[in-house]
Amino acid sequence: MNMMATQCVIQLHAEHHALEDYQGGVPRWCSGCGDNAILAAVQRLCRDENLAPERTVFVSGIGCSSRLPHYMKTYGFHGIHGRAFPVAEGIKMARPDLAVFVNTGDGDCCSIGAAHWIHAIRYNMNLTVILHDNNVYGLTKKQASPTSPIGLKTNTTPRGSYLEALNPLTVTLGVQNVSFVAQGVDWAPELLYDIVSAAYRHRGFSFVRIVQRCPEFMPKAFDPWLHDPGRTLILTHKDGLQLSPSSAKTYKHQQEHDPSNIDRAREIASCDDPIPVGILYRNPEVPCYEDLRHAGQMRTPDYIKAGLEKEFDKFTVWPDEGAPGQSPA
Amino acid sequence: MTATATKEAKPGAQSPRAAKKEAATLPEHIVEVISDSGEGAQRCGQALAGIGARMGNGIWTTEIIPAEIQPPARSVAGASGIRIRIGSKRVTNGGDETDLVVAFNEQVLIGRVQAKELKPGCIILLENMWREHRDAKIVESYAKTVDALKKDGFRVYEIAMETECKKLVADARRGKNMFALGMLCSIYSLDLKLAADQIALTFGKKDQKVIDTNVALMEAGAAWAEANLDFKYSIPATRSKEPQIVINGNTAIGLGVVASGMDICAMYPITPATSASHYLSDVFERVGGLVHQAEDEIAACAFAVGASYAGKCAVTITSGPGYSLKQEAIGLAVMAEIPLVVVNVQRGGPSTGQPTKVEQGDLMAAMFGSHGDAPKVVMAPSSIEDCFYSMITARKIAETFGMVVVVLSDASLATAQQPFPRPQFSEDWLAPPVDQTPVPAGAKPYDWDPVTGLSRRFKPGQPGGMHTLTGLAHDRDSHVAYDPAINEEGLRHRSLKLAALQKTLKIPPVYGDPKGDLLIVGWGSTKGVIEEAVDRLRAEGLKVSSLHLRFIQPMPSGLKEILKSFKQVMTVEGTWSDRPEDQLIDEESRRYSPLALLLRARCLVDVDCWTEARGQPIKPGTVCNVIRAKLKSGGK
Repeated sequence: MNMMATQCVIQLHAEHHALEDYQGGVPRWCSGCGDNAILAAVQRLCRDENLAPERTVFVSGIGCSSRLPHYMKTYGFHGIHGRAFPVAEGIKMARPDLAVFVNTGDGDCCSIGAAHWIHAIRYNMNLTVILHDNNVYGLTKKQASPTSPIGLKTNTTPRGSYLEALNPLTVTLGVQNVSFVAQGVDWAPELLYDIVSAAYRHRGFSFVRIVQRCPEFMPKAFDPWLHDPGRTLILTHKDGLQLSPSSAKTYKHQQEHDPSNIDRAREIASCDDPIPVGILYRNPEVPCYEDLRHAGQMRTPDYIKAGLEKEFDKFTVWPDEGAPGQSPA
Repeated sequence: MTATATKEAKPGAQSPRAAKKEAATLPEHIVEVISDSGEGAQRCGQALAGIGARMGNGIWTTEIIPAEIQPPARSVAGASGIRIRIGSKRVTNGGDETDLVVAFNEQVLIGRVQAKELKPGCIILLENMWREHRDAKIVESYAKTVDALKKDGFRVYEIAMETECKKLVADARRGKNMFALGMLCSIYSLDLKLAADQIALTFGKKDQKVIDTNVALMEAGAAWAEANLDFKYSIPATRSKEPQIVINGNTAIGLGVVASGMDICAMYPITPATSASHYLSDVFERVGGLVHQAEDEIAACAFAVGASYAGKCAVTITSGPGYSLKQEAIGLAVMAEIPLVVVNVQRGGPSTGQPTKVEQGDLMAAMFGSHGDAPKVVMAPSSIEDCFYSMITARKIAETFGMVVVVLSDASLATAQQPFPRPQFSEDWLAPPVDQTPVPAGAKPYDWDPVTGLSRRFKPGQPGGMHTLTGLAHDRDSHVAYDPAINEEGLRHRSLKLAALQKTLKIPPVYGDPKGDLLIVGWGSTKGVIEEAVDRLRAEGLKVSSLHLRFIQPMPSGLKEILKSFKQVMTVEGTWSDRPEDQLIDEESRRYSPLALLLRARCLVDVDCWTEARGQPIKPGTVCNVIRAKLKSGGK
């Protein structure tokens, strides 16, 4: 018996869901926090994709970003700092039938969880990953994060941070098996929705970095970009983002970019001003680890028994001489 | 040349009549085969053990493993090999010192002598090619060592194994082990037909030519020993009527994982745990499971937690340092009440310690590790068979109680082989399918039972069960709660689950009389050793008994009663505890061994401890001496 468990599930009837079906607790993020925009985008995505709330899991680590699952009405897993990726991978491997999202922050993903991040890209499991990147630690009250701009004064860097910021896009694009990389900004909700939606629809590890504001600890950090839409570079393509007429009117700085071109994607990713927004890279051909490992196989007791008896046979010393390797009838 | 060398080394040998020698009957013997790494000593010993097991002998094998993959040839530290205790009756441990050793060079032998692992007068069958080596230093070292060994009373037989093997194969390095196997078969009067069968099994994956060559080498070794050695033994055996399986503890753990119905094992390579995952990697997929080699120990544990949360209980397998890294994720599983089985195949510690050597040093880490109050179940298999069944029990407990179950094996169980009755498959072993039924209206994800602390877990896919699991303190709805009363509610119910489990545990049986002068208490792999020591001393008339714990957390009930029935109580453990004879050590400063500390606290009984952490399995003879001394001191 060797078949996918999901193939045995009969779709009895399709249910349709409203936005409220995905709205959990009242968000306790600061007003003006970029996390709110991300929450709105994913709730809308769930509704539009008509995801069954009971078959959807939002996994997070620790940090402001990682509160998101509490505000959904799906299953959620608010775990430990930096370990959202391996938890989500375990969930996906055990249950490939579930839609699994990962919400992580710049500290959670790029610092304490960096090792898992690199390997998660390589595993390329079918996860929708949203990096809430506000360039600072918020929950622990203002410390420098790996993506903080050099010179940022925080409680741990009162004389300014010492190192150049890590670029999550170039890191992700540099790892073997990368299959989807996109970037959005919290202040362009329509584009944000389109990007998250494209990420969800990509089968593989869809990595979306969202540049987001922290009004508490990084006020005005992104004001220059907010005030000048020309400092946002919109990547458009028939296989990527397609702007609505109103967005196109606001964001005039556009560039045609084919998401299958990884070299160009790396070039675009390395630029932080203007901030590129859109789908940088997509490769639907990269195999998913859960497929390679045949996750979700149906196992009947007879199937396990047959395998076990075969193993017992290998090591059995039989009482009568002539029967090595023979199972008793 | 062969004959000369042998003759020289045989005081009083009667070469012409050697073939007609009578086999002396022995109750048991301990045999070692040691060589440089890569010369196949372990394969030789495993085959010998397999043949012995097939003949119905009691068997226990202990591997002698160098820490390096390719240690320098002919080095004291490079000794690689195996020790086989073969007896008429069932054997439960590696026993005392070695009676007979086959060594492929004198250097690997030196280490064994220095470690006092060879019995006085031990028979040594030594490769003699070094006597005429072109390197004068080697010749000198060899001659000097042989002289010293003889002077120390060892019975040294210098044997031209290389020359004999070269009559059959070009490269004697590959094949000498089978020649040695043949010698041992002759010495212990083992059935050569069975030996040939065993070789066929061992090299089953290779072509017939390889098998034939190895059988020929084995037969040549047997013929040579028959013709040239002046001694022969027989260790009578009764063949078991039931099929037995012969595996080591790590294979037993791997098989147990399959038998438990778990689907996913996440691991990261670490000695000595990894061989369990090697075995599992080979077979798990054939029954629909999988081994995920994670990027690190932390990820392995978190992956298992995620898999367990969404599907069936998962397992992660590691050793000491890896266990430390998993502690944070274990805390999460405790807090969120996600079932998880964590196997810790203990090794010497702290830090990198002695990776290939045995120690029972992780008990406290398993019990009290992680952070905050994190109650978890701690079990310790006491035999190879127990390694198998422990995995089935661990999975069941983890799922029933929504708890982390730590299974503490160790490096001695990991590589030791012992036959045990072939398990009879039962569907009860397996995990039930993942519950996907709708959750009743109003049900809460942490609806703790006020008596047992148990609650029904909702899994993704169950309609109506949506909630966000969290590592934060939470209420019955899994909502984050900082309320002081709610925090204590969670702590209380997570702790009560251990009490609920404790009520289901049987009172462990006392080995020996239920009362007496001294009770020895142990846990984990030392059971066979302690009970053998108790047997020997009871035969001498001493009033000593023993008690062995498989569950250390929760501890079974009835212990205080048992402990109080003895004048003295002492634990025997493979770890460190302060030695009372050290100048600064007194009643107030002494660090007791973990089990002694736990028993003192739980039972309010003055429990003493004796510990050894030499990296070797504790010997029954050593325990006998310790018990005699303890009884002599009369509690002082």
